[in-house]
Amino acid sequence: MTENHGRAPAVASWVGRRWGRAREWIARGVTWGCASVSLLALGLITVYLFCEGVPVFRTVDPLAFLGGKAWFPTSEPPSLGILPMILGSGLVTMVALAVAVPFGVATALFIGEVVPTVFRNPLKVAVELLAGIPSVVYGFFGLVIVVPWLEALLGLPTGQTALTAALLLGVMALPTVASLTEDAVAAVPNAWREAAFALGATHWQTMRTVVVPAARSGLLAGVLLGMGRAVGETMTVLMVSGNSPRFLPSLTSPTRTLTATIALEMAETPVGSPHYHALFAVGTVLFVFTLLLNVVGDMVGHRLGRHG
Amino acid sequence: MSRRWRELVAFSLLGLFALGVLVALGAVLGFIAARGAPALSWEFLTAFPRRGMTEGGIFPALVGTFYLVLGTVIVALPLGVGAAIYLAEYAGDRTWTRIVRIGVNNLAAVPSIVFGLFGLAFFVKALGLGVSILSGSLTLALLVLPLLIRASEEALRAVPREFREGAYALGATRWQVVRSVVIPVAVPGILTGTILAVGRAAGETAPIMFTAAAFYTPRLPQSPLDEVMALPYHLYVMATESTAFWRTRHLQYGTALVLLGFVLTLYLWAAVWRARIRKGKRW
Repeated sequence: MTENHGRAPAVASWVGRRWGRAREWIARGVTWGCASVSLLALGLITVYLFCEGVPVFRTVDPLAFLGGKAWFPTSEPPSLGILPMILGSGLVTMVALAVAVPFGVATALFIGEVVPTVFRNPLKVAVELLAGIPSVVYGFFGLVIVVPWLEALLGLPTGQTALTAALLLGVMALPTVASLTEDAVAAVPNAWREAAFALGATHWQTMRTVVVPAARSGLLAGVLLGMGRAVGETMTVLMVSGNSPRFLPSLTSPTRTLTATIALEMAETPVGSPHYHALFAVGTVLFVFTLLLNVVGDMVGHRLGRHG
Repeated sequence: MSRRWRELVAFSLLGLFALGVLVALGAVLGFIAARGAPALSWEFLTAFPRRGMTEGGIFPALVGTFYLVLGTVIVALPLGVGAAIYLAEYAGDRTWTRIVRIGVNNLAAVPSIVFGLFGLAFFVKALGLGVSILSGSLTLALLVLPLLIRASEEALRAVPREFREGAYALGATRWQVVRSVVIPVAVPGILTGTILAVGRAAGETAPIMFTAAAFYTPRLPQSPLDEVMALPYHLYVMATESTAFWRTRHLQYGTALVLLGFVLTLYLWAAVWRARIRKGKRW
């Protein structure tokens, strides 16, 4: 009897210790698995986009696809050139950046350097809310307010133009630019500012000659990521840009982008047709481009915070 | 004197730009709120669309978005928190960790329409889940995963080292420390991230266009494998594709207001909560 009394707890504690150690390994393994899901997802996205996109090159060769000036996916035989959409996306994105960069950078500098602390948080929240507005709401707002307004203002036959899309995208990309700029500005050591002040520089001179140059890599990262945001945006562009795939887009006429093309046509195309694969190839082009922007932006941004 | 003068001009200009941002925000909120408010009523929120979606309410779209978001959180929250625990507690600064981080960053930069394409190719077709709540939720879960990982990791890293060391000193193992000390302290931060993720998932249209959303369903979804109406997609089709879209503008404003109100309330809640967490730290 006495022996058993002694042995049972010993066994229990042995099991307990084993279980404890096993639990450690399980926890490590499970969280490792969770962390790997992002990579797995990225890998699967790559594989499936390419698998569904590459078959289009049985119909059209890669150069004719990227450089073709005509997009008539449903005619027989189909013309599958996406150059008009590449140019459309490029135009809209560039003009959007022309809006987002000055406003984003100025706002970030104002928040980070100028404004009294009392107003800092409300302004920050305002920028965050701007980032939080769903893109379909921007699109709707653009459609019912900005489109008629631009139409009347510029005397255009239709207000659904590249310019309309670019203005809205500018507002949407602004928070990205602003938040990265703000981080970069905050990472500039205070001692540098104080040194400039000690030399008699005004606050503005300090910002212009010390803070902004020191923060330029973060600024550039902000611009690149803002660009990625603008290129990849779908719903807003789809609703306000007019979606006419004409070659050589102009700011004041309807324009088609890469994202809008996918959103517009995917629902109506038969699975497995050249058109279907072409839309996946368009997605692949978008995916690769935004990935490149992000990698370059990351590389540039990593120099951030390496101050003295 | 001219230096002071120049500074004043420069700061005023910066202020004007910042004011421009406020004006943009105010314009969107103001117009949608002013024109959407008259459409709001109990019936609008609780009725099905009628007469080819030219009358009635948005009830099925609300329910659909609720299901989609619920599914997204169920999938993404454990994955996101798990990944954050690994990154913050287990992984050192090794090559593998750096690769995982690059993966998370790049996943965050993938355009939403590309998520939609992937969802169509993988969840809808390859896994055979069809156009369904499940496909849509899984697609949205991948989209919000980076956001959740970053927020959770920040929350975990904000837990002071002394807390962990105190627990280790009492003989706790690493997992015991994580489970009973680190996670409880980090819960508010993780919840803030979750609120943001809900807001993001509720507002996205492009990822669910081909994976979950239906133009119109005569009844509420009966299973996760049913397709659903969803608020953002409903707004899109009402504004652009439905018959007589110019006659239903009041319904569209109402839908936009409900969506905007819901999403921005979440964002505001998260912002206030986060500020309170940062301020209220007493250790």
